[in-house]
Amino acid sequence: MENTETQTDILMETQVETESKSSLLEEYAPIAKDGLWTNNAVFAQMLGLCPLLAVSNSVVNALGLGIATIMVMILSNVSVSLIRNIVRPEIRLPVFVVIIASAVTTIELIIHAWFHELYLVLGIFIPLIVTNCAIIARAEAFASKNTLGKSFFDGLMMGLGFALVLVTLGALREIIGMGTLFANAHIMFGEGMQWLTIEVFSDYEGFLLAILPPGAFIGLAFLLAARNLYEKKRKDKEKQKKQQETLLLNPSA
Amino acid sequence: MFLAQSSPYLQPGLNVSKMMRVVTLLMVPGILTATYVFGYGVLINILLAIVFALSFEAIILYLRKRPVKVYINDNSALLTAVIIGVAIPPLAPWWLTFVGVFFAIVVAKQLYGGIGYNTFNPAMVAYAILLISFPAQMTTYWQTPAMLLSQVDGQTLSLLETVQFQLFSQLPANVTMDALTSASPLGIVRTSVLSGAATIAEIDAQGNAFGVFGGIGTEWVNLAFLAGGLFMLRKGLISWHIPISLLAMLGFLSLLFGSFELDSNPSPMFHLFSGATMLGAFFIATDPVTAATTPKGRIFYGAGIGALIYIIRTWGGYPDAIAFSVLLMNMCVPLLDYYTQPRVYGHKVENNDQEQS
Repeated sequence: MENTETQTDILMETQVETESKSSLLEEYAPIAKDGLWTNNAVFAQMLGLCPLLAVSNSVVNALGLGIATIMVMILSNVSVSLIRNIVRPEIRLPVFVVIIASAVTTIELIIHAWFHELYLVLGIFIPLIVTNCAIIARAEAFASKNTLGKSFFDGLMMGLGFALVLVTLGALREIIGMGTLFANAHIMFGEGMQWLTIEVFSDYEGFLLAILPPGAFIGLAFLLAARNLYEKKRKDKEKQKKQQETLLLNPSA
Repeated sequence: MFLAQSSPYLQPGLNVSKMMRVVTLLMVPGILTATYVFGYGVLINILLAIVFALSFEAIILYLRKRPVKVYINDNSALLTAVIIGVAIPPLAPWWLTFVGVFFAIVVAKQLYGGIGYNTFNPAMVAYAILLISFPAQMTTYWQTPAMLLSQVDGQTLSLLETVQFQLFSQLPANVTMDALTSASPLGIVRTSVLSGAATIAEIDAQGNAFGVFGGIGTEWVNLAFLAGGLFMLRKGLISWHIPISLLAMLGFLSLLFGSFELDSNPSPMFHLFSGATMLGAFFIATDPVTAATTPKGRIFYGAGIGALIYIIRTWGGYPDAIAFSVLLMNMCVPLLDYYTQPRVYGHKVENNDQEQS
């Protein structure tokens, strides 16, 4: 018994030491991990599925909407964080909604002005970013309780996590559906970037299902299944490790 | 020790494995007729589908850590493969069968939990996915029926040439795709009669859509599947509810609408004996896993499929509609089963009502 107590004491001491050494990295690393993987808007929270499923039929579309979503997330998180001490809690939700709507409108006007062809392709889904629940969820759960810098970083990471899934699904569907990658790259990066388009399979007949809406559901399901499989394996490994550790610490048990 | 048992003997009940095997065997007359009408491609399709299906089934069962041999021996993958092989066009390239079987066995069957757990008929999921994804191959790769050959100056392929075409897409030098294939009767009706471009009589005069009593070529295939289906009914492998209500509903609707506009609506016999009607009614819609299970529910289920077939054939975007109709009614099965629970013996009708209210 005494033995284990001293062991845990040592463990606690080391923890205290690391906390006192808390650097910028340690403060921000969990936010990044949360946004990109553990608490990913799509994989973990299943938020924002409507734009995800509708626009992920090619990499360029996915990238366009992904970047737009990142910008909206950063804008709304920063604004919410700035006013978090001024707004009374009773009216916070309407205020968040107005902020997000303004951010989306700004982004929409920017895309309309400078990326007109992309605007034509993405169409209704840019204004529909406003319905992406991930944005108001972050405003409520994170930005209204944290400092400006952290909120900015959280918006960036959450948006990036969403965009990554969007682009992955877009690439998957484009390769299977049309046998290309980055088709129509010029509508986003300008005429000089035509070379970016890659033909993965030459003479490919095309697999229409992947481009059609059912392909989005099936593709997302496969991605989710792969993620769950990975997480399960990781957790099993951790459990085993923990059991071994407790056995080492407490051989009598 | 029990060798000396005396009569009467109890016959062992039908198990899944035996039932699936017998059903598959009863498809043989239809398959042979189809081979006669549409060429060797039918047999090659079935062979390829069986090989792919058993391999996918074995791989997935292994990955799911299920006893591979037990589940392979239940023959359900075999039946699914044979249905896919008959349903897709006879000249389909090998990868069409591959993609279809993948979606049937891996996605529609095993990912839903294997036999007994799949909501949707695997073979029909495969067919619907192929039809949506590869419309060109699925509609134009039908070889000219044997009955039409002399009339349209068509060409056929020998067994070796068919294999060569399906595996390597190489046609013999003097054969063209146009001479090799022809539109199906339902396709002709869809594109010319239902769009108002021609009347039934005009099509009949051309002689390339209507046979003796149904669609040319397909009528004999349908007849053979009907024979196999009737044998299944007689042997008690399937109940009468689904096929009879399906055919009755399809016949009734085509009679009802056909009698108003004789010029633009093909006869009930044409609807019953063309496309995949009989195959669908007896071998596809009766799948014990995905069909309704109560007697009343089965009647609604069959009638629903029959109505949907007529609706999609007449007003929909596709010439034939077995796959879509079966899948749509598969979705309704839980509801049908829920609302048509038969009264349990000993329970009174009034009691049931009181419990429900």
